[in-house]
Amino acid sequence: MTALVTRPLAALGAMVLAALASVGRVAMFALSAFRHIITPPFYGREFLHALMTVGYLSLPVVGLTAIFTGGALALQIYAGGSRFSAEQVVPQIVALGVVRELGPVMVGLMMAARVTSSIAAEIATMKVTEQIDALVTLSTDPMKYLTAPRVFAGLVTVPLLVAVGDTIGVFGGWFVSTQSLGFNPATYLKNTIDFLEASDIISSLVKGAAFGVIATLMGCYFGMNSGRGAQGVGRATKSSVVAAAVLILAANFLLTQAFFST
Amino acid sequence: MISLENVHKAFGSKEILRGVDLNVARGESCVIIGGSGTGKSVTLKCILGLISPDQGTIKVGGEDITATGDRDAFLARFGMLFQGAALFDSLPVWQNVAFRLLRGSLKRPKSEAREIAIEKLRRVGLGPDVADLFPAELSGGMQKRVGLARAIAADPEIIFFDEPTTGLDPIMAGVINELIREIVVEMGATAVTITHDMTSVRAIADKVAMLHRGKIRWFGPVAEMDSADDPYLKQFITGSAEGPIETLR
Repeated sequence: MTALVTRPLAALGAMVLAALASVGRVAMFALSAFRHIITPPFYGREFLHALMTVGYLSLPVVGLTAIFTGGALALQIYAGGSRFSAEQVVPQIVALGVVRELGPVMVGLMMAARVTSSIAAEIATMKVTEQIDALVTLSTDPMKYLTAPRVFAGLVTVPLLVAVGDTIGVFGGWFVSTQSLGFNPATYLKNTIDFLEASDIISSLVKGAAFGVIATLMGCYFGMNSGRGAQGVGRATKSSVVAAAVLILAANFLLTQAFFST
Repeated sequence: MISLENVHKAFGSKEILRGVDLNVARGESCVIIGGSGTGKSVTLKCILGLISPDQGTIKVGGEDITATGDRDAFLARFGMLFQGAALFDSLPVWQNVAFRLLRGSLKRPKSEAREIAIEKLRRVGLGPDVADLFPAELSGGMQKRVGLARAIAADPEIIFFDEPTTGLDPIMAGVINELIREIVVEMGATAVTITHDMTSVRAIADKVAMLHRGKIRWFGPVAEMDSADDPYLKQFITGSAEGPIETLR
């Protein structure tokens, strides 16, 4: 009878402890990554390569998702606003929605899909094929050589991607509004610019930096801690994307609350 | 040169090393043999500090490896050929070979590093045309040669070879064995090889250590290996299914 009560409690306790241990491991990994970012030696070539793969090569997917999202948002706001004669607020709401929320979140999730998965798969494969051990025997710290350049590249480039995504998203809304909803192009732009405040843009860029760190860090963490064989690589990749997506959405909520709750 | 004293290592409840004692003299080529899962790779990784032993002491050149302050300088004394070569996919062959020469304390100008890499490639029988290829463009035997060139690129005092002939055809395995022997003699390096390929053992070894159930079961000169009366060693050398070593059927 006692066992019936204690066993589920013990299982629950074990789960909580395991979750806390995971949080601790990720936190230690993050601290180590930041320590390696700011202490020499620095691997410039690896950083430039990470800038290309994390930032530059993500531009097409960011641009495409942003333009379609901005366009769809304009259509939704126009249709919804017409129910209470508020169609004219399309420029303002598109700007606010894209810059404060959709821009950073869409870019963050695209990073999780494109960058986190690729980093996790690459590093996990390196681990499985003993390339990480080879790095150590060649007097190279894998945290410094693999993790630090990628996380720093995420921190630097994702805010820029968010800025590009925000601009293209607003352009998507402008294009749809002016081409099919009958808005005047110049007035639409004026309304957008007049409405946006510096805090909207700053919050967007800060979110981008946080999401960039989360996306790259999760890829590196799960790659470095991958299990053996093809299954280990697959599991590491899947877990990294899920963890990055959930953490990005959670961080988005916390940052939105920090910036805009009064 | 390398000494292990009562080295223990367990992963969870699974004991891998149960008190390994081994001494490898300077300039000697020691081959560690033993079945799969007996702890050969773990022994090498413990010496390199990739895995921390739970108990025991490991000394390299008389210095306890746990007391080594400058890890970079410590690792610079080693070269290692990995079982699957472990070449970096994202780098061309010459940058793989010259990896240590392009960064860290042994860093030198790029052109000089490339020249050394091409020279080391030549030493392992590969032409300069291979230098700009990527590892994925090479055959298994060529990858092993590149791995060997990388292991010797910085002229290390100690070289480790992890299953150097696994996955190669018998002729290529023979070529790699000869290369290893030549290079070790030529460089005067101390070599530790782990393998279960008896042809490799006879080609490479001065001394042989047999690891069984996490302990050194037999240790002696390669010339005495065939006449030794240890039943475990005999069974391993002859590859017999019958004997004291448990086999799964």
